[in-house]
Order: sequence, then structure tokens, then C-alpha cells
Amino acid sequence: MLFSFLNKSVHLHGFFETDIYSDMQKPFYVKILLVATLLLGFNAFAQETDNSSAEENGSVKAEIKEFIAHHLLDSHDFTLYTIDEENNEHFGFPLPVILWDNGLKVFSSSKFDHGQAVAEVDGEHYALYHGKIVKTDAQGTINYDEEGHATNVKPLDFSITKNVVFIIVVSLLMIFMFSRMAKTYKGNMIPKGIGRALEPIILYIRDDIAIPNIGEKHYKKYMGYLLTVFFFIWIINLLGLSPLGVNVTNNIAVTFCLAMFTFFITAFTANKNYWKHIFWMPGVPVFMKIVLAPIELLGTLIKPFSLMIRLYANITAGHLILMSILGMMFIFKSWLGSSMSFVLASALSFLELLVAALQAYIFTMLSALYFGMAVEEPEDH
Amino acid sequence: MEKLIEQFSFGLFFWQLLLLIILLVVLRKVAWKPILNAIDERESGIKNALEAAENAKKEMQNVTADSERLLQEARMERDSMIKEAREMKEKIVADAKELAQVEADNMISQAKTAIEGEKKAAVADIKNQVATLSLEIAEKVIKEKFSEEGKQLKLVEEMVSDIKLN
Repeated sequence: MLFSFLNKSVHLHGFFETDIYSDMQKPFYVKILLVATLLLGFNAFAQETDNSSAEENGSVKAEIKEFIAHHLLDSHDFTLYTIDEENNEHFGFPLPVILWDNGLKVFSSSKFDHGQAVAEVDGEHYALYHGKIVKTDAQGTINYDEEGHATNVKPLDFSITKNVVFIIVVSLLMIFMFSRMAKTYKGNMIPKGIGRALEPIILYIRDDIAIPNIGEKHYKKYMGYLLTVFFFIWIINLLGLSPLGVNVTNNIAVTFCLAMFTFFITAFTANKNYWKHIFWMPGVPVFMKIVLAPIELLGTLIKPFSLMIRLYANITAGHLILMSILGMMFIFKSWLGSSMSFVLASALSFLELLVAALQAYIFTMLSALYFGMAVEEPEDH
Repeated sequence: MEKLIEQFSFGLFFWQLLLLIILLVVLRKVAWKPILNAIDERESGIKNALEAAENAKKEMQNVTADSERLLQEARMERDSMIKEAREMKEKIVADAKELAQVEADNMISQAKTAIEGEKKAAVADIKNQVATLSLEIAEKVIKEKFSEEGKQLKLVEEMVSDIKLN
């Protein structure tokens, strides 16, 4: 068990030490080139008639790349779509910005004007730099160090960003949905309405995730967390696939928070037997006990860490590929290539629907597994 | 890794933490507890109902076996009763026959005695009548004989001659 986790972490280290955005796109663009050469016969005449298309393609590619990068990040305003890029016209609404910078500062994100203006609040100036709020002078000057990083002071940012709005929306939706479902059980043994669809899922989590992994005796106290996390991840993943395209689980902060919960619940509900297996592994020589203790201790951290990275990486990769394929339509500009990438994107969307549920399942399943380890009784071996 | 750390937004983490705690607490109270309790209740209800049905089935089987047994017993009783009745009938018939025989014998013997008595009476009667008739005949004869004086004197002479004086 332990070694498999170590292996996984090694693999994951290799995965994210490289630059995710550029690296994942590189092999992908190779694929695009392959497809493009195959399709060249069909759109060669289109290329001939338009001499400037190569140059145009380059700028389109850059635009797509920027758009994808932007899509994957959180933002301080809720933009549904851009009407006119050049005139900075967007359809959406601003969100509140909350900063802690020598006192609480609250203002509307419309002051940033989609990153093009410097906001002035109480004599301080703030600007958006790659989606982050930095403190600047009145002109919005960004200072860089030798490595090209901005050296401006970053105030503590508690803004209600697009992702926070979505977390709130999903939370309210869940409370509304499940409290309504709970009410249908009153004086009635069979659920009504949405409960009919949700009850089998709840039963599945109880009977196939919680009970087999945690055991009949202890599973009840974890059910609330497992159900909440499963539905939260699932619904938020699904909403991420909707045309609103708000992607919450591809934020490391969100997955970190979820994984942290699993870690703390495991740590706080663990019994003596669990800690004994970590610090003083029974049944092995004393020397091995000393060697194993730090490894096992590290293992307890790696387990939730793998949860965090798995969810983050899966959702990020899914969106990246989906958006790239969608972007291909604009690069090909031919009825065959574009329609093929449309078909591909549709197929991939179905896959992503599966991944949305699968990642929620895996997160819940592994959390249950860790809880099961924490409450395992010595005689269970 | 660097990019990930750079991307980490403390604000988002803070809100996620806060909202997840709220969500966990609220959902546990308003949703999961009532839902899971209702499901548990329903499942135990179903389990109990199934058990009750199983018990009822067993009871039914017992009842069927009981009635079967009762039927068997009744049948046996009937058979024994019929047998008893037949025996009794035979006994009664035999008894009656015996009784009739004795009665008949008695009657025959009584009749015999009666006949004997009658016969004797008749014989005696006949004897009497014969005697009477003989006497009457004798009377008539004597009367005849003594109707004439000569005859009477002759007879007396005869008788006197018969009587030898000793």
C-alpha cells in the first residue's frame, strides 16, 4: 500500500515539475499538425486562395492559447463572453473585491475594467497582473525581478471571485436540493421528485463505498462528509462542463482544501492501532520500525496530497484538451477539419461527463479507504 | 510545482474552507441525517416485514400440518367407530338369536305341557262320559229287565239260587 503511494507521488512529481500549460500543449500541437497534414489535401485550395492565412493562423493560435489559459484561471469578474476584444466590451457582471491591506478594503471589480485600469481605493492603487491583484502606483507600474516575476506587493485577497460565486451557488443548490429531498421522507417511506434519482446514489455511496471500506461499525460518522464531498465535486465538475465554463476543481486551492479535510478527518478520528502502525510498526524488527516510521508518516501526507493532485490534474487536463480541440475549429477554417474537431469535441465532452463523476467517485472512494485505515481494529487483520 | 504554488489563491482557499464547513454542518443537519435515518428505518421496516412474512409462512405450514394430522386422526376414529359398530351389530344379532332360541324352547315346552294337560283332561272327561253312559245303559238295561214280573222273579230266583247259603 505504502509503496504504491510513494510510486504515485514520484510519478506525480515528475508530472507537475514541468510547466503544465506549455508541456501539455506541445504534444498536443504535434497531434494537430499530424491531423492537419492528413487534411491538407482537402483544404489546400483554401490555403492557396488566402495568402495571409498562415500569418492569421499564428495569431489565432496565440489567441486560443491565451483564451484557454484565461479560462483555466479564476477571475475577479463574471464574464460570460466577450463582445468586442479591442474595445474591451464584455458581457457579464463585476464581483466584489475584498482586500486586507492595512485594513479591510472592499470595492467592485468593475474598477479594474477587465484588467485594463488601475483601481484606486482609499489612496492605494491596485492593478490586476495575471489574474492576481497587486499593489501599484497611480500609473499601474509593475516591477520585475531578474527572473521576470513581478515584485509588487500582493495584498491578502479575499475577493468573491467567479469560483467563489460558483462554490456558493453549488452550496446553496445542494442545501436546497437535499433538504427538499429530506422533507419528502417525512411520513413517507419512498422519496419523491429529485430524491428518486439521488437516493440510489446515496445508497451506492453507503453500500459500495463507505461500508466496504470503513466497516459496518464506524461508517456512520463519515457518511456526512463522504456524501457532501461526492456531490460537491460531482456537481461542481458538471457545472464546469456547462457553457458557463466555470472551472472550480482545477484550482489547487480548492482541491487542497478538500484533501486537507480528508487528512484532518483521518488524523482526528484515527484510533491507537492506526498510529501504532505508523510510528511503531508491529511485527517487524526494531531497526525496520525506526526506518518505517518516517516513511509511514510521510505516507499519511502523501495520501491526501495525491487526492489533491489527482482531482486538480484530471479536471485541468480535461478542460485543456477540450478547449484546445474547440480551438482547432478556428485554426482549420475548413468544413471538414472544423466539423471533425467538432465531432471530436462532442465525443470528448461525453468523456468529460464521465470524468466528472469518476473523479468525484475516486475522491470519495479513497477518502473512505483512508478513513477505513484510520478506524481499522487490530483483529481485523 | 512553482506554477502551482504561484497559482494557489489564499482567498479562494479561505472561501472554500468556510463554505465547505458550512455545507458539511448544514447538510448533515438538514439532509444527511434525516435521509439516512429514513432509509435505515425503511430498510429495517422491509426486513421486519420480510421476517414477519417468513414467520407467517412457517405458521401456515404448521397449521396445514396440524389440520392434516387432525384429518388423519378423524379418519382413524371414524374407521374404529365403524369397526366397533359392526362388532356391536354382530353381537346384538347373535344375542337376539340366542334369546329367541331360548324363548322358542320355553314356548315349545310350555305348549307341550299344556297339550299334555289338555290331553289328560280330555281323557278324564271321556272316561267320565263313558262311565255315565255305561251307567245309563246299565240303568236302561236293568230297567228293561225288571219291567216284567216274571222276569224279575226269575232273576231273583236265579240270584237266590246263585247265592249259596253258607
